[in-house]
Amino acid sequence: MKIINKKILAKTQITKIVQFKLDAPAIAKKAKAGQFVVVMATEKSERIPLTLVDSNPKEGTIVLIVQEAGFSTKQLGEFQEGDSLYSVTGPLGHSTEIKNHGKIILVGGGVGIAEIYPVAKALKKVGNDLTVIIGAKTKELLILEKKLKELADSLCIATDDGSSGRKGFVTDILDELINKQRYDLVYAVGPLVMMQEVAKRTKERNIKTLVSLSVLMVDATGMCGCCRVSVGGETKFACVDGPEFDAHLVDWGELGKRNNVYKKQENHICRLNNL
Amino acid sequence: MKKEAVKVNELKAQERSSSFSEVVLGYFEKQALQEAQRCLQCKNPTCSQGCPVGIDIKKFIAQITQKNYEDAYNTIKEKNNFPSICGRVCPAEYQCRKACILSKKDSPFASDQAINIHFLERFVGDFAIKNELEPSLAKDRRLSKFKVAIVGSGPAGLCVAGELARSGVKVTVYEALHKTGGVLRYGIPPFRLPRNILDFEIDYLKKLGVEFVLNFIVGRTKSLEELFKEGYSAVFLGLGAGVPSFLGLDGENLCNVYSANEFLTRINLMKAYKFPQYHTPINAGKSIVVIGGGNTAIDAARAALRLQKIQAIPENTTIIYRRTETEMPARRLEIEHARQEGVNFKFLVQPVGFKGNEQGFIEKIECLECKLGKPDSSGRRRPIPQEGSNFFMESETAIIAVGLKANTLLTGVTPELKVDKYSDLVVDPKTMQTSIEGVYAGGDIVGGEGTVIEAFGTAKKAAASIKRGLI
Repeated sequence: MKIINKKILAKTQITKIVQFKLDAPAIAKKAKAGQFVVVMATEKSERIPLTLVDSNPKEGTIVLIVQEAGFSTKQLGEFQEGDSLYSVTGPLGHSTEIKNHGKIILVGGGVGIAEIYPVAKALKKVGNDLTVIIGAKTKELLILEKKLKELADSLCIATDDGSSGRKGFVTDILDELINKQRYDLVYAVGPLVMMQEVAKRTKERNIKTLVSLSVLMVDATGMCGCCRVSVGGETKFACVDGPEFDAHLVDWGELGKRNNVYKKQENHICRLNNL
Repeated sequence: MKKEAVKVNELKAQERSSSFSEVVLGYFEKQALQEAQRCLQCKNPTCSQGCPVGIDIKKFIAQITQKNYEDAYNTIKEKNNFPSICGRVCPAEYQCRKACILSKKDSPFASDQAINIHFLERFVGDFAIKNELEPSLAKDRRLSKFKVAIVGSGPAGLCVAGELARSGVKVTVYEALHKTGGVLRYGIPPFRLPRNILDFEIDYLKKLGVEFVLNFIVGRTKSLEELFKEGYSAVFLGLGAGVPSFLGLDGENLCNVYSANEFLTRINLMKAYKFPQYHTPINAGKSIVVIGGGNTAIDAARAALRLQKIQAIPENTTIIYRRTETEMPARRLEIEHARQEGVNFKFLVQPVGFKGNEQGFIEKIECLECKLGKPDSSGRRRPIPQEGSNFFMESETAIIAVGLKANTLLTGVTPELKVDKYSDLVVDPKTMQTSIEGVYAGGDIVGGEGTVIEAFGTAKKAAASIKRGLI
């Protein structure tokens, strides 16, 4: 799959967030909000799931946004316009149920902002009232701010260092909002701890909350069970049963541990490659 | 005096365990001739009835004895497109060899005296590869204007592709993964089926004009309906049985508890044993326990043992099975190979839970001892767990190999496709046509998990009805 356009959305000393527009006509035609593709950068790469951030069926393109975190994402980040990725498969996973819920809060943390964008877009189209909260460590890492501002009825920002918006966490803003008035749905994507904290707060007030989970996968078609998560006491495969789940039912502790299963190898391969 | 069966050449056990090279090396010509000459050439042979695709075994063995290897090849090819693959992966001791007149009749599997039909088949298949023999084409002009889509490039899909392409049909095979071969690539390790053999068979199909489209999930990337709109006259579904069963026990989601499918896919498809040269990781652990008694369990255990060796961990891999060795559905040869290589077996043991540490990694498996009771519906004696016999086994990695189910990726979004309670496709057994006209199916997605040659059997039947339907 050829990279038609590459944009660096954010850059700090520690990390980079990169946007790719890919030539993928068949996927572009089918992509729906909430779905993902599985990507291999090279023939030797891991298969990693990435959210379909946008798609243009007419142009035959899809948009993916990657934050450089581990080896595979750093390797992807080195790809340039005109290069081809070894494989891109999808769309996978269930799409978000798009209907008029009423008043919705979408929470995006870090690169999770990219993942709430397509959902926000689709939910807005059917007339929902959207409050979007985005947060990042620092101002430079706040992505898609302009696009989300255009979409949202209200956009709130939090940064850890206070360089933009409120100094603090997205959950601080969430707390204030849900204390003031009733919301019909909360949709959150971001670091695991953030999603867990969102879930804790909305559970107390009994607000339906969905999260899109970022889980290790191999085939991403239900064949291996690498992406097992416990939801409401049942084992689910995030790839085919998700990636969206009821945040109040997810076993966050188990998920956090499972996502660290290859920490050692990750450090090793990054060190080897000076990444 | 009856002649002894000719032993097949094998890599020495010590040489095997640190590589994924093929273990069984096959017969040299002289050995093949000697083994073929042992065949009694029965007037009414029973062996072919034991073959799911009904290869004329008596005939091809006779052709070997006359050194007419090309004829032998064509005899096999009449019924089976992939002799080099089947000669390696067929559970012959439950099939043709068990039906051989020389096999003792009181055993659940063939005895040593039975003719090594599979090794002879392999010899012929490999001869054809070495000499680049090509089976005769049976092009039918009436078929050349049609195109057929095949979903899945596993055994069933490859078989139908070959059957149709040889008749002149334009064939496109859609594969969800980034490599062709399905279970032959992600499931069966290279030490049982070397990849050059698989690649040769697939390249041959490409030469026949078969087009392979990778990274394409029918039902997701395109719907069945859209395929028909693109001008395909028929579609064959070789979806396989790709979804692993778990046990539903406490602690099953601890880190390093793998399904055999995941463990083998990481190794076979993603080459995790070559990490960090390849980027997919895998955890071997000091003690590996594989749960199950089928070929997948054996494959996983033998791969696990190799992984330990490659990672310089003292080899410690154990298969636990609820019944005894006699009831194991695995191929006898694989059990023997696993044992030679150093895999431990613990029979009459049933896991009841997985225990882990604070970081969420598995440390041990709690088990119960079993006794064998009366035979169950499968005809095998039922294991009865003994109350109070609980004990723990150390296990830094656990691999669950207790069966596979249908993948519902396509059927879930295609309600017109009728499925049974196992989510397998319902077909007309005579034609292999599904509930949608022009859509056929074969392999494991029909009737559940089976062998490669059984998949070839149903695929072949489907290919014949597809051709009939086209004309």
